[in-house]
Amino acid sequence: MDELRVENGAVSEQFIVIKIGDEQYGINIAYVDNIVRMQQITRVPKVAPYINGVINLRGIVVPVMSLRLKMGLPADEFTKATRIIILKLENQGTVGVIVDEVREVITLDSEQIEKVSSDTQNEKVNFVQSVGKANGGLVSILDLNAVATEKE
Amino acid sequence: MDVSQYLEIFIDETKEHLQNLNTQILELEQDSENMDTVNEIFRAAHSLKGMAGTMGYKRMQNLTHDMENVFSEVRNGTIKVQPGMIDILFQCLDALEGYLASIQESSDEGTNDNEHLIKALNDILNSKGGEAPAAEAKEAAPAAETKEAAPASSGDSKEKWKDIKLTDTEKGLFDKAKSEGQNFYGITVYVQETCILKAARAFLVFKALEEHGEVITSKPSTQDIEDEKFDFDFSVIVVSADPLDKLIEAVKSVSEIDSAYGSVITEADFAQGSSESEEAPEEKAAETKPAAAAPAAHQAAPAATKAGDGKKAPAKPVVNRTVRVDIEKLDVLMNLVSELIIAKNTLVSTASSDSTAKNGSFNEQIEYLESVTTNLHESVMKVRMVPIESVVSKFPRMIRDMQKSLGKKMELHMTGEETELDRTVVDEIGDPLMHLLRNSADHGLESAEVRKERGKSEVGNIFLDAYQDGNNVVIEVRDDGNGIDVAKVRDKAIQRGTITAEQAENMSDKEIIDLLFLPSFSTKEQVSEISGRGVGLDVVKSKIEALSGEVEVKSKLGVGSTWTIRLPLTLAIIQALMVIVGGEKYAISLSSIQTIEDIPAKDIKLVEAKEVIQLRGSVIPIIRLSDVLEIESTKSPEDDLMVVIVKKGDKLAGLVVDELIGQQEIVIKSLGKYVNKCKFISGATILGDGEVALILDANALV
Repeated sequence: MDELRVENGAVSEQFIVIKIGDEQYGINIAYVDNIVRMQQITRVPKVAPYINGVINLRGIVVPVMSLRLKMGLPADEFTKATRIIILKLENQGTVGVIVDEVREVITLDSEQIEKVSSDTQNEKVNFVQSVGKANGGLVSILDLNAVATEKE
Repeated sequence: MDVSQYLEIFIDETKEHLQNLNTQILELEQDSENMDTVNEIFRAAHSLKGMAGTMGYKRMQNLTHDMENVFSEVRNGTIKVQPGMIDILFQCLDALEGYLASIQESSDEGTNDNEHLIKALNDILNSKGGEAPAAEAKEAAPAAETKEAAPASSGDSKEKWKDIKLTDTEKGLFDKAKSEGQNFYGITVYVQETCILKAARAFLVFKALEEHGEVITSKPSTQDIEDEKFDFDFSVIVVSADPLDKLIEAVKSVSEIDSAYGSVITEADFAQGSSESEEAPEEKAAETKPAAAAPAAHQAAPAATKAGDGKKAPAKPVVNRTVRVDIEKLDVLMNLVSELIIAKNTLVSTASSDSTAKNGSFNEQIEYLESVTTNLHESVMKVRMVPIESVVSKFPRMIRDMQKSLGKKMELHMTGEETELDRTVVDEIGDPLMHLLRNSADHGLESAEVRKERGKSEVGNIFLDAYQDGNNVVIEVRDDGNGIDVAKVRDKAIQRGTITAEQAENMSDKEIIDLLFLPSFSTKEQVSEISGRGVGLDVVKSKIEALSGEVEVKSKLGVGSTWTIRLPLTLAIIQALMVIVGGEKYAISLSSIQTIEDIPAKDIKLVEAKEVIQLRGSVIPIIRLSDVLEIESTKSPEDDLMVVIVKKGDKLAGLVVDELIGQQEIVIKSLGKYVNKCKFISGATILGDGEVALILDANALV
């Protein structure tokens, strides 16, 4: 997909920059199906606490999870900027994640991205696969499979 | 000529003709003088021949040609129909089905000439109805048997896992496992030849093994095993820290597993394995060839045909599933769609017209739209519906064959073959039904002598009745045999530790009979002891439950048993009662609801620390949905309770809800992987305002 787009000989990928709390995270655009506004979420009993419930996405029932709760942060406060990003993953299927705000789309070349080691116990870091440098700031790029995989 | 585009039609029609032939030949056996039947058979055989010829399936054409010749003589009166001939004809049909299965899989008829059948048919022709055919049939049967025995003896040992070639990564794993003190085991599992759902059993074996270790590889591949592309054995390589005995024991605990052989793989085995691997392909080819070629020479039993096919590289079936639709049904659909478009157009124009006339006309249009969509839904469902005849029509033949193999006299009576069910359900229901019929025939019915003693007629009766009951279709398998011996089942259950003696005291007969559906109860040893029931009943139950149906059994010792299967007419759209619990909306399928009651809070009694109510003489446990769903009820404890009485089989339960909304037609949507953890939520639906409501599965709550 976008990986194949070659500029100046370097492989570049596009990322959606989102905000959770005060930090910026990047989500690879290849996995993003859709971004929708916050809407009515139907609670489902007896599921993991970070799963908010299910929503109706144009006739399809899609589970929605809170990135904040998953990362061990305080629960979401829904504002006008709150969005649900609908991800399409190979193994987990379609799932929505709630984020505080969606800021922009950036393009990063491979040399702008640095891998991080994830041997720390910090849950937040475990979901981050690499860090990208863009517009003078840093963007932590999320490992979506780790985000979507259920913790026991 | 390219005939591939006709393949689907060919397969469909061939199936129909074969089914027709099966039924007609059965009739011929009963009434060998009936010329109408003979004519019908002749016509079917003739069309089959023509079709096979057009499609270029020479072997199929040859066989049907000879069959047709025989019928032609029968029609002319030069040959008389006799039992030996019927047997051969049935063998021919089996062979034709073998061709068809192979065509369906790979669009190739295979290499089996079925020469002995052709010879037998010619013998009938030549002898003009002499003794020869009967003798030939006998000859053919042992031939089939020896062949079945041959592969077993020709294989170097029972431990076929030694044929498995390990890849480099797997070899790496071997070294790693060794260093961690784990062992590599090779195990070959033999499934009972009577087993119907082999893939399900294999899956259970894998599951059992994975509790002890990790399955590294298998032969055939897991995909093939899932698709049931194996004979009666498969081999696996397992890495585990547990001793071999434990693994073998785990495998054998799965029912309908005949035996399992295994041993530890040592470094030596391993070295040998890898050095062999270069020359192996040739060796393997040589090994499989005789197996495939030998049966090709003369192959009678369908089991042997399958063995030949199984060796071939499995390909995806080349044909899609189809439903034949009556053109009238399509016309109705077309009309409804045009009405829908008109309704839409009227709505559009109403919306843009003056506001004064708007409201009345708007409501009118909505009502019109509603009636059109209801009709459309009904018609689309009808298109998906097929009569269960396509499944049950093979059963008379099966019972006939079992009559011979079991040496019992029995008769199958069927009613309601025209009952229609969703295509997907019809496809799945065949195996469980066959299981129940076999159970009845094999274990339910007594032998002729015992029947005589008990004052029953010598011929045992099995009934298969299908009928529609509201939104359900009911299929009953009934026999007038021995019934289930509850005392024996109870003893067995206690002996096996399924229940304790005290528990048994408190259990009703019905509850004890229900134990038969537990997986642990279905192993062969027990079958003979507990009056026969138990073979794979757990599989029957799980298959039917997967179709959102339920199965029940009623039995009277000495009089017979009745197995009742209840299936929903359609899976996608149901009538539901919408309720509110703690401010959230839920749907309960109307089919499981008995009544709705208003119960004063003081009428709730406690029995064994459980809340119950008394309703028209019966004591019904109540379930507070707010507790189950982990939400605060909006009602205060003193208020009257709104109780929805639901029914599962004979059991009743009351679900306490806060409010009722009303009845509604809902479309069932899957909840997806993440949130389908709780078993009492069977799905979700989308309401008129776009909100998602969960569907409660009353069966799982009761």
